[in-house]
Amino acid sequence: MTDHSATIAPGRGDQRGHTDESSGSHPVLSKDIWSDHDARSFGAPVESAPLVSIGGGMGSFAFTHILRIAGLTAHDVRVISDIDRPYETYELLCRNSQIPAYERIRSDSGSMMDNIWGFPGYALRETFNRGLRRRAGLTGLGRALAPSWNVLLEPIGVDYYTPMSSQVFESCDREMVRLNWPGHLLPGTARNIRRRQEGGYFTVYLPRDRTRRQLRIVQSQHLHVSVGYPGLRFLPDLQRYRTEYGDSTSVVNAYEEHEHVYDQLRARGGTVIVRGSGIVAIRIVQRLLDDRAAGANLTIVHLFRNYVENSQGSGFQRRRGRRGFAYQGFNYPKSGWGGQLFDQMMRTESPEGRSAIIRRTGGTNIPHRRAWEKSLTAGLNGGWYRQLQGEVESVVPGHPGTVSRVRSANGSTQEVFADFIIDGTGLEADPREHRLLADLLDHGGAGINGSGRLDVDRNFEVRGTRSGSGRLYAIGAATLGGYVAPVDSFLGLQLASLLVADDLARQGFCKRIGPIRSTRQWWRWARNVAP
Amino acid sequence: MIPTLRGRLQTRLFAVIVIGGVCTALVTPLLPGFPPGTPVSERYVDTFSVLAAVLVLGIFWEFVYHFLQQFRWEKDWPTLFGLLTFANEVLLVWFALRLGWVPNIESLPPARLWITHFVIVWIVIFGFLNGPMKVVFIRWRFRGGRLVGP
Repeated sequence: MTDHSATIAPGRGDQRGHTDESSGSHPVLSKDIWSDHDARSFGAPVESAPLVSIGGGMGSFAFTHILRIAGLTAHDVRVISDIDRPYETYELLCRNSQIPAYERIRSDSGSMMDNIWGFPGYALRETFNRGLRRRAGLTGLGRALAPSWNVLLEPIGVDYYTPMSSQVFESCDREMVRLNWPGHLLPGTARNIRRRQEGGYFTVYLPRDRTRRQLRIVQSQHLHVSVGYPGLRFLPDLQRYRTEYGDSTSVVNAYEEHEHVYDQLRARGGTVIVRGSGIVAIRIVQRLLDDRAAGANLTIVHLFRNYVENSQGSGFQRRRGRRGFAYQGFNYPKSGWGGQLFDQMMRTESPEGRSAIIRRTGGTNIPHRRAWEKSLTAGLNGGWYRQLQGEVESVVPGHPGTVSRVRSANGSTQEVFADFIIDGTGLEADPREHRLLADLLDHGGAGINGSGRLDVDRNFEVRGTRSGSGRLYAIGAATLGGYVAPVDSFLGLQLASLLVADDLARQGFCKRIGPIRSTRQWWRWARNVAP
Repeated sequence: MIPTLRGRLQTRLFAVIVIGGVCTALVTPLLPGFPPGTPVSERYVDTFSVLAAVLVLGIFWEFVYHFLQQFRWEKDWPTLFGLLTFANEVLLVWFALRLGWVPNIESLPPARLWITHFVIVWIVIFGFLNGPMKVVFIRWRFRGGRLVGP
């Protein structure tokens, strides 16, 4: 078994912050601002485009979708991407973290990557999409109407409706064709960004064509960076274990491929420790509980660092909590995407203040789902799902499996034997860990905000990177701590993209999307006609 | 919906004046319950007076709803609430009509007249806000229901 931690997606190489042979150590790279002469001296072919988006994932897709509505063409917006479909990375992370095609993701009906308007929502579209429902085994009139009925009632007496991952991917496929997505792509990986002396930017990238590993440069007036997470994040003690003992079979990250864990537990039974108390951890626990219900002789020890006993906060700021988990529908309160919380963030000038709001309203939490609650209760009562609160002091090999020394709040320690440990604590988000972002911090003028991410202003322009009439924007996970809280959600990417598009429209770069343009473009979308 | 107070007020004004206005203009000649021979102009005076009452009382309601919304962690206003608030709003309009608070209307009009009118306007506004509104005003849902201003 090899260590998968360096690679999180197909075609997406290691994005962590170290140099390799192909980015080169050309002397001109030490200069922060390049003249056209510098660019030529780099020795790579130079092409140009009005705007370049770096990433090619969901962020670039949301942004391009909106810019096309705002009147730009495939010629105006080029996307440097090392994946073919914008959802490839997301799909892989979903699959590994136990959200297969017909499992539901944690996203609102109105958060649609292929439709900035939010109408008709995924729920209504599911009702009318017979093919999708048939593939998911949801046939019959009752199941057809259920999604629409649910969004009418939610969340009063019912859980929030969320779409199946396959519905999201299929809708993206349709929109990719409509936008002629391949026509936007410059297949490859961006390596360096340099401001251009005469205004605008140069982006050095390595084309995907591996047979000709020659760097290229694309010069653009504006730049958009949406590169997602640099890689997987391991808890320090687990990282230490993997490095020290060379064992990445017993200790795995929920986001890496780890089917061998379920295979062995199904075949031979055993004990598994799940670390983390957020959406990823709970999904892993549910998968294990499902396997148990299907006959696997397994025991789950769920390890909590912070155990949420009951509801937290008071008065108008009370979040539900129970059995270790904090509950809310989505990763932030809904108002974070444009209501009261959004306004509060926009008004909060101090980075520390915004970080505090993010901690209070976001953090680690899970949605309430009836089926999940039921199987948790059954597991707790039956003894095959145990909860343990404490700090892990060390993890060592246990022959077989692992031994974790856990110190609880009262100071006592205990040893927990387990065949496997699954780390469900999340993804690495430090921009310093991303090769391109680290370079942007060192040479592009970008800075770090109060949450340790890229410092962006209210329009998602990266502060300190302006170059003449050119502007550099960043959206997504790298910008947490800015003026929008839920930056790494579908709707957050769309909201950020809309703010960027409006800023570009104010500079006359694209059209402002007013009521007439918006309605006409929606009508084109509805008929599946190119924008 | 995830309205802010200012968004609520702007949306209420827009919905009642524009959508409710168009709706009232279209349905008034067809509404049942007017005494035979009532001139069309008088019919319009009656229906638009009721609509104005819905608007003025609605602004009062928005403050109440905004207060109630504060008890919700999500600071949202579920779709269902948009239907349920029909009950309290129609009741208050009924009181206002009965007590003669509504200008141009001296006595309570026949129920089938003003309730039919109220129901039609309510359903059309509910339907519009939960769909086409987002298409026409692309930023509306991201701005807490605001249409203008910061």
